[in-house]
Amino acid sequence: MAQAALEQEQHGHVADTNTGISNRKLLMWVFLASDCLFFGSFIATYLVYRNESIVGPFPNEILDIPLTSVSTFVLLMSSLAMVLALHYAQKSQLGLTRFWILAVVVLGSVFLGFQVYEFKTFVNEGLTIRSNLFGTTFFVLTGFHGLHVLMGVLWLLGMAFAHFKGALTSRSVEDLEMAGLYWHFVDIVWIIIFTVIYLIGFSDGEGIETIEHAASIIGG
Amino acid sequence: MTTIAFPTLISRPTSYTGLWSWIGTVDHKRIGTLYGVTAFLYFLIGGIEALIIRGQLRTAENDLVSPEVFNQLFTMHGTTMVFMVVMPMSAAFFNWMIPLMIGARDVAFPRLNAFSYWAFLFGSIFLNLSFVFGGAPDAGWFGYANLTGNTYSPGDGVTFWALGLTILGVASLAASFNFVVTILNMRAPGMGLMKMPVFIWMALVTSVLMALAMPVIAVALIQLAMDRVLDTNFFNPVAGGDPVLWQHLFWLFGHPEVYILILPAMGIVSETLPVFSKKPLFGYPAIVLAGAVIGFMGWFVWSHHMFTVGLGPAANSAFTISTMLIAVPTGVKIFNWMGTIWGGKLHLNTSMLFSIGFIAMFIIGGLSGVTHASPPTDAQQQDTYYIVAHFHYVLFGGSILGLFAGGYYWWPKMTGKRLGETFGKWHFWTMLIGFNLTFGPMHWLGLNGMPRRISTYAEGMGWETSNAIATVGAMLIAVSVLVFIINVIRTISSKQEAEDDPWDGRTLEWSIPSPPPAYNFARIPQVKSLDDYWYTKHPELLHDERGEQAESVAPVEEDTHGGGSIHLPSMSYYPFVVAIGMSIGVIGFMDGQVDIPSTELQFPWLSAVGIVIGMWGLLGWIFEPVTEEGGH
Repeated sequence: MAQAALEQEQHGHVADTNTGISNRKLLMWVFLASDCLFFGSFIATYLVYRNESIVGPFPNEILDIPLTSVSTFVLLMSSLAMVLALHYAQKSQLGLTRFWILAVVVLGSVFLGFQVYEFKTFVNEGLTIRSNLFGTTFFVLTGFHGLHVLMGVLWLLGMAFAHFKGALTSRSVEDLEMAGLYWHFVDIVWIIIFTVIYLIGFSDGEGIETIEHAASIIGG
Repeated sequence: MTTIAFPTLISRPTSYTGLWSWIGTVDHKRIGTLYGVTAFLYFLIGGIEALIIRGQLRTAENDLVSPEVFNQLFTMHGTTMVFMVVMPMSAAFFNWMIPLMIGARDVAFPRLNAFSYWAFLFGSIFLNLSFVFGGAPDAGWFGYANLTGNTYSPGDGVTFWALGLTILGVASLAASFNFVVTILNMRAPGMGLMKMPVFIWMALVTSVLMALAMPVIAVALIQLAMDRVLDTNFFNPVAGGDPVLWQHLFWLFGHPEVYILILPAMGIVSETLPVFSKKPLFGYPAIVLAGAVIGFMGWFVWSHHMFTVGLGPAANSAFTISTMLIAVPTGVKIFNWMGTIWGGKLHLNTSMLFSIGFIAMFIIGGLSGVTHASPPTDAQQQDTYYIVAHFHYVLFGGSILGLFAGGYYWWPKMTGKRLGETFGKWHFWTMLIGFNLTFGPMHWLGLNGMPRRISTYAEGMGWETSNAIATVGAMLIAVSVLVFIINVIRTISSKQEAEDDPWDGRTLEWSIPSPPPAYNFARIPQVKSLDDYWYTKHPELLHDERGEQAESVAPVEEDTHGGGSIHLPSMSYYPFVVAIGMSIGVIGFMDGQVDIPSTELQFPWLSAVGIVIGMWGLLGWIFEPVTEEGGH
């Protein structure tokens, strides 16, 4: 207890609020709660329409799992960089903080580059947002996720250049902490999206029969 | 903190009067007033739409308006009343009263608060512009797929609807984040969660519901807009899309939404009933818990709107049980309100009459609601006027009467003048009678088989008399609203001045001047118990009413600084700019696609303009200090 109080004092941002969490950070938590429902609705839509496309290209013909595994790894590493950035910010080591923030920016941009490449390849292979249900749900879900990553990249870039120029203040450390919350959230959402789209298996349009078969076994 | 040199894009407003001071305001009270006035104007527009609907249905085979116009009218009437009247009117009370009742000087994010209002204003104007540009939306307020697809709804009406509601959704989200943080973080010292006024509790539950429900409708609306503008397949049956998905998404939002519409009114009467009964609220913990339980269970009842879709007996049974269960906490509240009035010294002024009217009408609407919790009976009631009667009894008899109760109750605090009682009582009785004449007969019209959303009906169905009565009732409601407007004009032009505490109130807002100064509280109050202000005035009642001992409180030192040195956030134009940019960006999706060179992509140029304006405003917002040095 005393330890925690001391720690808070050292960090110098004991918020003068009822919850002890500053207004800005609480706002970020409420926003993330809200964003859960946003992505939840798009993921639910994807799951409802999984294996329901009538015409191709179907997921198994087009998804490149090794490639996206690499970009997923890159995004996961960006979360590690984010943790390190905050770690050094809390130790008031400005140079290392900026280095790791820029590392997050670079890794996030690489992830976005993979996504642009993937989208372009798919379009060349005939899968567009209009082709079928898979195209519609895939592009919109991953597109909105990519937009979140882009926002995070821009935010961190602005922070690295505008915010962390002079000395670190408790307010700028908290800024970074909020950006970190956002970044980790977007990362976690990607883990779910990656699992749902790339990992849990798909069929080449035979899904409806599979479900009917399963239903006949259960007796429904 | 290091100050970052950033060019001042627009100079800050400095004057506290005139048009620009309203555009640049970040004062929660002024923003509350803006919300209230705008919502009331939409109440008149939505009411006129309702009057035309009633004029058309006055008698069989009437031809006052064409079926096409009729479809637009009922769609816009529902959309207006839900999104542009009840929600923003609740936001007006939240804005005004949350800081005053928790002892704070403003909301947590004053500029975000201003942004919420401007986004609401632009989104709602955009939606209504559809009347001028190629026809208003005409697919019903819940816009069922695939009627909303390009095939069955050509023209721009439904696109206006999807994009306009998306802007309104962003506005509601921003407002809800603000209210949640304000209530959780900015209560006066000593005001624990269980010492908050019930209205604040209901504001908290409502805001949490908005924060979690609005993203769901936003997703559905984005999907719909994409289907219409980009030819995606979300609700396109030809490509395997499932229109029922829209219903799930819509009602997963839509049922929490009905609690978003009613909980603020429930909070209001939980404040007025104790004050005008001269008794503490009966069962405060129960009423708070019931509100929280409603907010939670509200997420598990959505499919009762879809009993006739054919989800199967298992789903229907589950949603029957959850729907019947959610009536329990609502019943708890009603008994608590009656317990509050019971044995009290009733002061039957206009606000109290509206509060009691609320309880009575809400009971009728609640009971008819329980009848459609059962799928077999619901199958008979679905899409008939019985449903129309039900939801008007909860939304008009509930929300609107409750909001008027709040209006008469807080008017002296907000303006420094009391609304006239004689006109107020005329307003109440004409509205109550008109309301029951309008919507009462709809119960038997519906049970007699009259479907919703028909623009006319044949003679000899036996529906003429009831419809004629309903139309007379609607005209009486119009008269009552006129009486209210006259009352407001008379009050504003009168010279009387209301006391700071005209009703002998219980909560903190009555401890400060009417109307409150810009900084609200010269000294932040110290809260010791529930209804703290009441027990400050009447310390001898603390033992009898709450079983607590009055503590002798050391007199707090007077704030020697006075109001002048209190730092309030400075005014800012950027919320307005960002709201304009965002609205243009969203509207841009309507058309005007240009090809992006060397790709096969198209981008709406108007959206690009909006994004540029929005980003410009956002940068200004970020780099502008909240409070100007040496400012006010």
